[in-house]
Amino acid sequence: MDMVRFFIRRILTGIVVLWLVATGAFFLFFARPVQVVAHQLAGRAATPQIINEVISRLGLNQPILVQYWHFLDHLVHGNLGFSFYTGQTVNSILMQDLPPTASLVVGGVILWLVAGLSVGILSATKARSLFDRFSTVGVLIGLSLPTFVVGELLLLIVFLPLNQNGFTWIANGYAGLSGGVGPWLGHMLLPWITLAAVQAAIYTRLTRGQLLDSLGEDYIRTARSKGLSERRVIYRHGVRAALTPVVSQLGVDVGQLLGGVVVVESVFGLGGIGQASVQAIYQDNLPVIIGFTIAAALFVVVANLIVDLVYALLDPRVRIS
Amino acid sequence: MTLLEVKDLAVSFPTADGLVQAVRGVSFTVDAGRTLGIVGESGSGKTVLTQTLLGLTPGGQISGSAVFDGVNLLGLPEDKMRRIRGAQISVIFQDPLTSLHPLYRVGWQIAEMIRAHDSSVSKAQAHERAVELLGRVGIPRPELRVNDYPHQFSGGMRQRAMIAMALSLEPKMIIADEPTTALDATVQAQILDLLLRLQQDFNTALILITHDLGVVADIADDVMVMYAGRAAEKATKRDIFYSPHHPYTKGLLESIPSSTAASERLRPIAGQPPSLINLPAGCKFHPRCAYVMDRCLSEEPSLRVVGEDAFHSSACWLPVEAAGLSDRAEELRKETVREGRSDAAAEVAEAIAAAPESEGSVI
Repeated sequence: MDMVRFFIRRILTGIVVLWLVATGAFFLFFARPVQVVAHQLAGRAATPQIINEVISRLGLNQPILVQYWHFLDHLVHGNLGFSFYTGQTVNSILMQDLPPTASLVVGGVILWLVAGLSVGILSATKARSLFDRFSTVGVLIGLSLPTFVVGELLLLIVFLPLNQNGFTWIANGYAGLSGGVGPWLGHMLLPWITLAAVQAAIYTRLTRGQLLDSLGEDYIRTARSKGLSERRVIYRHGVRAALTPVVSQLGVDVGQLLGGVVVVESVFGLGGIGQASVQAIYQDNLPVIIGFTIAAALFVVVANLIVDLVYALLDPRVRIS
Repeated sequence: MTLLEVKDLAVSFPTADGLVQAVRGVSFTVDAGRTLGIVGESGSGKTVLTQTLLGLTPGGQISGSAVFDGVNLLGLPEDKMRRIRGAQISVIFQDPLTSLHPLYRVGWQIAEMIRAHDSSVSKAQAHERAVELLGRVGIPRPELRVNDYPHQFSGGMRQRAMIAMALSLEPKMIIADEPTTALDATVQAQILDLLLRLQQDFNTALILITHDLGVVADIADDVMVMYAGRAAEKATKRDIFYSPHHPYTKGLLESIPSSTAASERLRPIAGQPPSLINLPAGCKFHPRCAYVMDRCLSEEPSLRVVGEDAFHSSACWLPVEAAGLSDRAEELRKETVREGRSDAAAEVAEAIAAAPESEGSVI
């Protein structure tokens, strides 16, 4: 019962956050001289008449609060507006750019969690072993390489040699799942590794530290004195307790993920929301920018809700208090 | 019947600072159904001693033997050791909050232990047994509380749950490591009563580790006083309290707060326990001993019989007759010290007398 109330409250907070983000984005972009926007749309040689025509066609001559009202009205009906340039709905642009980004984010997060957790657990249980030392070096390398360097390196070391030798499974650009899982994997593998490299290093270090801490706790001594197998002591008792801080860190990182996505999308020519937002910003394509901002905010709110849910499932102390 | 016989057990840990000699040759026996109290300050080796019996001191260099029910526990392969832990020897730790896993239900933690040793027990049966055990240790409405998490229990209830867990497989021996130290005084007495009652019901041997002679007075049969990794004195409870021989035992007795004589000042034992890396020469207690003599500076005494029954033994150079709290015994001690003390020992004695009382440790 408490859980249900907790999540209803979290969903309501999420809606307030979304409204604040939408409003902030709207005023930030629309409260600018409309002349500048219209001028850019109309092109260099535009006459004042053309500019005025553009302004009235886009509705930019209406009072700002009226525009805001229209914007909100559209928003609650799920309509994010139209692109200034192509007249395409922002919804359809989003839907078109979502698959590469979603593939990248979901695969990347899974890869970094699997890699970070497994290397971290092995390092902690074999602390000061050769494996632990190697992984520490690997973590340092991972942490000190910027994402675009990892991406370019992978292209240079993996992609180019393979493709030059006729092995084209690993490919550039994006191939949708409709074309089969194989090609999709081939297109996504390097982007996933790129996105996950730095984060996997961070999560390896975090997991190792948390697990070493939890293995030093009194309840681990209790578990051993109960006559449990060492495996059970480490996984059921140690790792279980080390997981909660990792999950809360994930909540923070998912929020910052979209920034990293832009770089990876560009390096591998995936298209996607990150690349499309950058383009929209260059073009002053306000409805697209705002639409993407709201979509990103929605993603962060939902991701945090999921993280909170998982956290509450993992830790009874959060659940009840 | 002797259940556990420990002989010359020594445990040391190599560290960057040097070899930590945590236990330096300890021998004792525990009989079925009896309680041995092991008393000493922090760092006297009492916890390491019992953890070693269960193979829970990784990295320690261990020598000696510890025969439990016909099996030498030291050097036992891990899989055999695991079958003894919990099932034949179980442990109750000091702080029940940190010793129970915070993320699992109390009943689950008890059931886990039952099923770890007997996989034929179903989850439902193990759960039922957990309810029964929680009821037995005095937890109200156990069928509901069995599904609580440790943080929903009070300190005393948590320790009751730990005791329930320790009893769940009806072990032959329980090691209780400072079981009441983390609890309120009123709860302490309840927990000790419970422990004593259940021990009698189950006819379990009990090793009770404590720094509190008051706890020993409540439930121990025999007592071993430890100092710097060795037994300073071993005796029945009666002899420890009425005719202590070792000055350290005497010091411990004098530093017990007594509720009846609240106005009387406690007499702390001067100084601190020695570092286990750099142990003093001779008797390890001599830098804190009011009866220090010349020979204490260079020769370490070993245990010898000091009482009427052969069990009462003490590792001190004072004469065998100088046991007890009587004026006659004190006179005898003083006389021995007068004869046995020259310049070197006198200097140590002066340093002890001059040490500010606040630096002494009341334990």
